[in-house]
Amino acid sequence: MLPVKQRMRDGVTRRDGAGEGVRLVGIAKSFGATRVLAGLDLVVREGEFLTLLGPSGCGKSTLLRIIAGLEQPDRGSVSIAGRSVDHLPPAERDVAMVFQSYALYPHMTVAGNLATPLEMRRLTLLERLPVIRHLSPRRRRVMRGIMAEVRAVAEALRIEALLDRKPAQLSGGQRQRVALGRAMVRHPAVFLMDEPLSNLDAALRIEVRHELSDLHARLGTTFIYVTHDQVEAMTMSSRIALMDQGRILQLGTPDELYDRPASLAVARFIGSPSLTVLETVADGGGGIRLGALRLPFGHRFAAGTRLTLGIRPEAFALPLGPEADGPAFSARLVRAENLGAEWHLHVRLNLPGEPSAIVRLTAAEHEAARACGLMEDPLTLVLRARGVHLFGPDGSRAEPDRARTVMME
Amino acid sequence: MRWRACLASALSHVMLATGAVLMLAPFVWMLLTSIRPAEEVFGAVFNPIPSRFAGGENYAQALFASNVPRAMVNGAMVCLGILAVQLATALPAAYALARLRFPGRGILFGLVLFGLTIPIQVPALPLYLALAKTGLLDTFFALMFPFFLTVFGLFLFRQFFRTYPEEILQAARLDGMGEFEIVWRLAVPAALPAIGAFSIFSVVAHWNDLYWPLIVVTSTDRATPPLGILAFRDAETGGNYGALMAGATLITAPLVVAFLVARRAFVRGLTMTALK
Amino acid sequence: MAVAAASVPRAARRAAPDRRLALAGAAFAAPAALLLLTILLAPLVVLVLLSLTDYRLGAVAVRWVGLANYAEMFTDPVFRRAIRNTFLYVAFVLPAGVFGALAVAALVQARTRTRSFYEVIYFLPVTSTLVAMATVWQFLLHPTLGPVTPLIAGLGFGRLDLLNDPDLALATLAVIGLWQMLGFNMVLFLAGLSAIPRELYEAAALDGAAGAIDRFLRVTWPMLSPTTMFVTITTTISAFKVFDTVVVLTRGGPLGATDTLLYVLYLEGFHYFRTGYAAAMTVIVLVFLCALSLLQARLIERRVHYA
Repeated sequence: MLPVKQRMRDGVTRRDGAGEGVRLVGIAKSFGATRVLAGLDLVVREGEFLTLLGPSGCGKSTLLRIIAGLEQPDRGSVSIAGRSVDHLPPAERDVAMVFQSYALYPHMTVAGNLATPLEMRRLTLLERLPVIRHLSPRRRRVMRGIMAEVRAVAEALRIEALLDRKPAQLSGGQRQRVALGRAMVRHPAVFLMDEPLSNLDAALRIEVRHELSDLHARLGTTFIYVTHDQVEAMTMSSRIALMDQGRILQLGTPDELYDRPASLAVARFIGSPSLTVLETVADGGGGIRLGALRLPFGHRFAAGTRLTLGIRPEAFALPLGPEADGPAFSARLVRAENLGAEWHLHVRLNLPGEPSAIVRLTAAEHEAARACGLMEDPLTLVLRARGVHLFGPDGSRAEPDRARTVMME
Repeated sequence: MRWRACLASALSHVMLATGAVLMLAPFVWMLLTSIRPAEEVFGAVFNPIPSRFAGGENYAQALFASNVPRAMVNGAMVCLGILAVQLATALPAAYALARLRFPGRGILFGLVLFGLTIPIQVPALPLYLALAKTGLLDTFFALMFPFFLTVFGLFLFRQFFRTYPEEILQAARLDGMGEFEIVWRLAVPAALPAIGAFSIFSVVAHWNDLYWPLIVVTSTDRATPPLGILAFRDAETGGNYGALMAGATLITAPLVVAFLVARRAFVRGLTMTALK
Repeated sequence: MAVAAASVPRAARRAAPDRRLALAGAAFAAPAALLLLTILLAPLVVLVLLSLTDYRLGAVAVRWVGLANYAEMFTDPVFRRAIRNTFLYVAFVLPAGVFGALAVAALVQARTRTRSFYEVIYFLPVTSTLVAMATVWQFLLHPTLGPVTPLIAGLGFGRLDLLNDPDLALATLAVIGLWQMLGFNMVLFLAGLSAIPRELYEAAALDGAAGAIDRFLRVTWPMLSPTTMFVTITTTISAFKVFDTVVVLTRGGPLGATDTLLYVLYLEGFHYFRTGYAAAMTVIVLVFLCALSLLQARLIERRVHYA
């Protein structure tokens, strides 16, 4: 259902490949009885930073390997820059890949690692054989050119001092850069990255995240980036394809995924802490009932239909200033966590079944609330307009595609 | 308490040293006899230290009047020939068994496992008949041929290649390496320790082997080290033990010296068969 | 190129990179597979067929004799003696080879400064050429020229000619076999010993197992049992294949006291050229070895689960 809509929106049916980085049509893949990819369509625009985001086992890495040609799909086809590559081996697809483990050649120096992809392309087989290679007069000239390019890439990545070292003598961050360099020297049409930051410590991860964004801006090449980390996805991507169980749940910009999740699953996956989920019932007039409250949504479900409400932690507020007269719940405070810049309140709402919820306050809000005595039990929580989402019985978004203006009658 | 610990330590030293003396005795006897003059070997009085150094004449006889040097050269050639073919065939095949999907892979690996249980004595008869029919008996080829196949090498290298990170192989394919290049540019350099250990195992086994050479070789020109020392002994029956021991020293020396130089590698190479 | 590719059916085109790898795999495996066929498989088939004939090398006529060769074996006094001797030899070598090596390994393990020194000495016979060393042993045991006979006589056992005494020859060969393999087993035990985590000994000490014997029985022996089983099998297999010392030192004598399986097999097959009969004998040897190897494979599996 969803893929069809996407196909129309993204124009997968167009025949020409202009402005297209990678086009995937009907990709399906099973390992034995396990279906990993279920007939997936996706168009990656030329020059964009597209992230395949999803929990482990959702098929994102397999999809990346299929694009690289390291894995063969059972069905479907891949084209890169408007050219079908189904029959091409990995090396001829004009893609470069940065692996999770970096996959550096352990017995070669950094220079050797960076030079290898170029040697493979520019030297003949004879010129690469041991001993015999020295017979070729051309080889020395070609190697000089290759080493110049290697040095240029090393300079751009600030690893020129490491060229003579072996991977075992490098730190995690340095290895990561060498892996990136090995991808860069080839000037590929598409960069593929398989969780390249997962082996770095937290501080380095943030630093490299910025560098990758800069690199993408500088090169202007298509990046396809696989991760299970939503922060990486939200901060670097032009667009995110959120995957689960071999399907794309939603394809869109980080803003779209966060502000207009297409389904409950998307809303739950994106955002931390996770959004509060409440079971409700349609009231027949386009709204829902939540305890004593009635919230209007303009949906078209018949009265009595079971619906689900998702509330982002920051959509809850304390009745301070302008928020004071929004729709309000009463809630019991279970635990308050101080994260420095913000507070997370774990509460139980005063609704049937006492559902638990998480409230996010800025440090300033928390300070003001405490000063006004609003942190006393029971709390009064007000709902903001932004960050409240309604989902139908099938879990897909239940609101009409227009901005909600009125929250409360 | 302390003197008890001391006593235990002293006791263990005594036991180990006694054992060590027994272990070394044949080597010491061999070396001493190899420099002992003939008259003393047969003398009635037993004298541990030779009365005069007769190593010159004994070693001269072993070197110039026996087949021992020839056997050693043959041994080196046979061992290297076997090893070269073993590595050339086993390394790519083991890589294929470990990392490539091809029809018949399962059957081939099953046969390798089966082959691990079968010593040379089993196919010896039919191989002998085949060599006899083709007129190849008593040739270097006959000496080497059965050992060109090394199921143990196939097994060992396959196990080794299976531990090689898959992502590096994929990176290499993306970089444009063909499978053949992956074998010699990545797999073989990574496997060097295993190759070294296997080489020691192979050379020691075939330098020392008696069964097969005894069967296929008749002429002294093709004798391997064990055959060389046997022929020397049989020619010298009751004769010059000094020279015979000199010959035995010469034949034992290469491996023992190599062992003393590369102790770790030797122990690893020789016990690898058991430890897999 | 693009046009040609487009005309290929989709399925075939998609399979191309996979097929490339499969092709490379088959090409790499082909030489080894060919060797396996000619050196192992074909001879095995021929061997089994030969064992059902009365073929002698050089004979003009060959007859199928069914299982006659096998039947003959069980009434052949030489073969029965060879079986008996081989099992006796294994029975000599096995306990001493396993427990002796374990004792040496335990003692060597406890040494710190002299550890590698003893390791080298005990391992030395493993690397040396057994045939050459057997000639040394022959000389050592020589009744008039060697030092061993007077030494034993000095201990009050009389003047023994160890290699020519039907009661002692096999045991003497066993001692030489033991001398040669002890270091090998010791290294295996050393590997097993150093794999036992130190914390286990510390825990055992805290639990009250303070003495050396307690420590050995509570920790060392159970933790070492996979190694012990393994050493037992490998020692059995290599003792079963005793051959070199028989050829050099006794040639099966005196009075057939050292006729062992492989030696008798060698004589029948390559001296008397009773090829069919020798083939049947080989099949029996193969059955023994396969049984032992199967046991060994089982134990390796167990060891993996144990670890």
